[in-house]
Amino acid sequence: MAFLEIDNLHYRYDETTALDNLSLSVDRGSICALVGPDGAGKTTLIRLLCRLIAPQTGTVSIDGEDLFDVATPLTDRLGYMPQSFSLYTDLSVEENLRFYAGVFGLTGSAYIEKRDYLYTFSRLGPFAKRRAGALSGGMKQKLALSCALLHDPELLILDEPTTGVDPVSRRQFWAILDDLRRAGVTIFVSTPYMDEASRADRITCLFSGQRLATGTADEVAATFIGSILRIDGVADADRLARLDALAGVTAQRFGAGVHLYLPSDMSADEVMPRVVELGIPRSAITERTPSVEDRFIQLMSGAGESEADNV
Amino acid sequence: MSDSAVEIRNLTRRFGSFTAVDGISLDVASGEIFGFLGANGAGKTTAIRMLCGLLVPTSGLGRVAGYDIMKESERIKRSIGYMSQKFSLYPDLTGRENMQFYGSAYQMSSTDINRRIGELIEQLDLGDFVDRLTGSIPVGWRQRVALANAILHEPSIIFLDEPTGSVDPVYRRSFWSLLYALAEAGRTIFVTTHYMDEAEFCERISIMDAGRIIALGRPADLKRDHEATTLEDLFVDLVDGKGPRA
Amino acid sequence: MKRIRWLALKEFYHIIRDVRSLMIVIAMPILMTAMYGYAISLDIDNITLAVIDHDRTSESRSLVERFYASGRFVSPLHDVDLADPTATLRRGDAVGILVIRPGFSEAVAQTDDFTLGLTLDGSDASVANAAQAYVSTIVAEFTQDRLLPPGAEMPGIRISQTMLYNPDLKSAHFFVPGLVAVILLMISALLTSITIAREKESGTMEQLLTTPVRPHEIMIGKLLPYIVIAFLDGLLVVLFALVVFGVPFAGSVGLLIGFGIIYVAASLAIGMLVSSIAKTQQVAMMIALAATLMPSVMLSGFVFAIKNMPPALQAISHIVPAKYFVTIIRGIMLKGSSIEVLIVPALSLIAILVVLMFIATRRFQTRLA
Repeated sequence: MAFLEIDNLHYRYDETTALDNLSLSVDRGSICALVGPDGAGKTTLIRLLCRLIAPQTGTVSIDGEDLFDVATPLTDRLGYMPQSFSLYTDLSVEENLRFYAGVFGLTGSAYIEKRDYLYTFSRLGPFAKRRAGALSGGMKQKLALSCALLHDPELLILDEPTTGVDPVSRRQFWAILDDLRRAGVTIFVSTPYMDEASRADRITCLFSGQRLATGTADEVAATFIGSILRIDGVADADRLARLDALAGVTAQRFGAGVHLYLPSDMSADEVMPRVVELGIPRSAITERTPSVEDRFIQLMSGAGESEADNV
Repeated sequence: MSDSAVEIRNLTRRFGSFTAVDGISLDVASGEIFGFLGANGAGKTTAIRMLCGLLVPTSGLGRVAGYDIMKESERIKRSIGYMSQKFSLYPDLTGRENMQFYGSAYQMSSTDINRRIGELIEQLDLGDFVDRLTGSIPVGWRQRVALANAILHEPSIIFLDEPTGSVDPVYRRSFWSLLYALAEAGRTIFVTTHYMDEAEFCERISIMDAGRIIALGRPADLKRDHEATTLEDLFVDLVDGKGPRA
Repeated sequence: MKRIRWLALKEFYHIIRDVRSLMIVIAMPILMTAMYGYAISLDIDNITLAVIDHDRTSESRSLVERFYASGRFVSPLHDVDLADPTATLRRGDAVGILVIRPGFSEAVAQTDDFTLGLTLDGSDASVANAAQAYVSTIVAEFTQDRLLPPGAEMPGIRISQTMLYNPDLKSAHFFVPGLVAVILLMISALLTSITIAREKESGTMEQLLTTPVRPHEIMIGKLLPYIVIAFLDGLLVVLFALVVFGVPFAGSVGLLIGFGIIYVAASLAIGMLVSSIAKTQQVAMMIALAATLMPSVMLSGFVFAIKNMPPALQAISHIVPAKYFVTIIRGIMLKGSSIEVLIVPALSLIAILVVLMFIATRRFQTRLA
């Protein structure tokens, strides 16, 4: 049995269904990334997992124990890092850690040991005396993560932890998550960014409270229907319009170039001559392996058309 | 107006003993999509504030939309639009009311404001989201309304400070097609982002670190020159060469 | 002008869309007037007074009846323990004990000197003072009626107390108009103190500053809608004072409205100045409260007469807008004063308004650079 088992979870606000009989399992010591547009039910799911709200129907078990059974002591097994910065900006790094340690009953040498361990992880040691409000975005996130890790949770839930954080800090953050995974922590993380989601063991795409896809990044990308051609060179509106007018093809500007999306019944060889006819050199055209993001966009745009395909 | 939308030389801004922006020089051509990248705290926001006439530089020269950033900040303000995903709208006003308000701030006539709102509803596909309180609509739409708001007065340069944080890929791609369309219509796009896939969408980028510009050029050229496979690798190498590589 | 109109309209949307705050803004001044109006009122009634009547004559009984018939005093629920009379006070059964020794009726008949014993619980000084005063009044009335031709000196049963005030004067008439001034000042300053700080916190101020809007336009645009709100508040509070406290209205309504608008504008300007300095809403509210409540209670002449203050405090009182409005509102409501009498305080208010707005705009401007 998986460490985290979500079975037929259903949650309804007055009128809207936020989660529609969702089932999902996450193995111990793995990272599961949750992606999906605004209003897909990501936040609801996370709130449910943190036991902030209770579902209408369905069950969630953690290591075989029922999450919604009030008798199950879960707070010490679960660490949660909310999306908005939730620490005390007028307390120092160290004071924030000590406060949260106190909340979890961690004191004395046990706390010191844990703190020093977290400092090596986060490299926040040199900033121990700095007020949390004066930290950079990346350091804030690492402090918030440290606070969520103080009591050695087995399950770590992160809600969009890297929004507004620069690439260097994001890499460091994900390096920490990798270390935690190796240490056996199960991580459930929501993110709007596909490049981050690709680093997880499994990606779950949520849409309208339902699961649209689950799998590794490669598995999800491989379910892309059709193929993509990339044309290098800056495209003006005119050229873009002419490419888009090619029968069956959708053209989209993509940085210094254009992506041509081909339906599954059309081969690249078939389209290539038609593109060359428009005055584009053959050498500028390359076939591109579809990414998770390509598949994600396809799923979102035609949502429902390939409902809940399990990989 | 000159060919350059943004032209700065040795722009510096100090806060007490701290130098936030340390002598940066930059040219951005009209109609260009320019990506202004950098780590948190590298000085991007300070630099943008100077370009928008919100902060007076400590030293250096600069022209934005052809106007001197030292002396003509009022004129600059009329020629630019500014948007940041987090901050730009009043959540307890509808999109339309936000636009009417900002339009009047630019002293547009009611007829012009209403004409532009009509155009923008069409152009940005705002639909009836424009008449809902901006605090209650999905982030992706809110950000479109914010863009509409920033370009209502038809500015020649649009500054966008992290416009797409926390927005899903579908919205982000459609947002970028809007930016392309604006650039094709001759507007200059000056955008900051932490997401390197978006940086790839820009014609040229600069990377800022500790108040200085440490790289400047076309994404493809920069990757080639620094032998990096992705912009993210390039960024991490330049900004944090000794940092951990996962 | 158009810009200011939209700035004002936008601010108005903020006000009416935040229904809960709007309710507070409307309800708070009335609640405060009610609470302070009753609390500060110096008319204290229903004081429990125990009487130990050792005389037990018709004279002594008629004196006791006078006490309870006055409406000022009620008898305690438990009888006084004669062995330990002060226990009644300790237990809080009564605030005072009046002892009538034997020989009262004879002393009255012979107009001899006679001393009544009055023991009071002094822990609540204001109640004790009131009780003292009432007792002496009632005793004086009694002796007057019984013994003396009008105007003659009373030889005997007098309790020599200093009267701190005339208990028959309704203090509400005097205090409530002043209270209106203080409450309006406080509410108005609070209202505007958070408007700029709120935009700084949310970041919309940054957006606003990228437009060609000028600082004075922001200031005036924000001021206008709050004048409406604060003025309505003032109207409600004055109506409340008229209806509930029965405060008379001797003068011109139009004059009070005109001066009222000037006064709320000056009060709002205090909030604007605070707002242009404070970075967060919390700080702004604290400063606004501190800057309005203390000076306007202490230095407006609302409770304490400015004439009797040391020169330094008298000087400071000149910049407290409440001082001028206390004069104006008391003049109009109680005395029916005309514009000629009130023109000086009114002009002072206008001067304060202009100076505050000027400083606020300047402060705000320098923050841009």
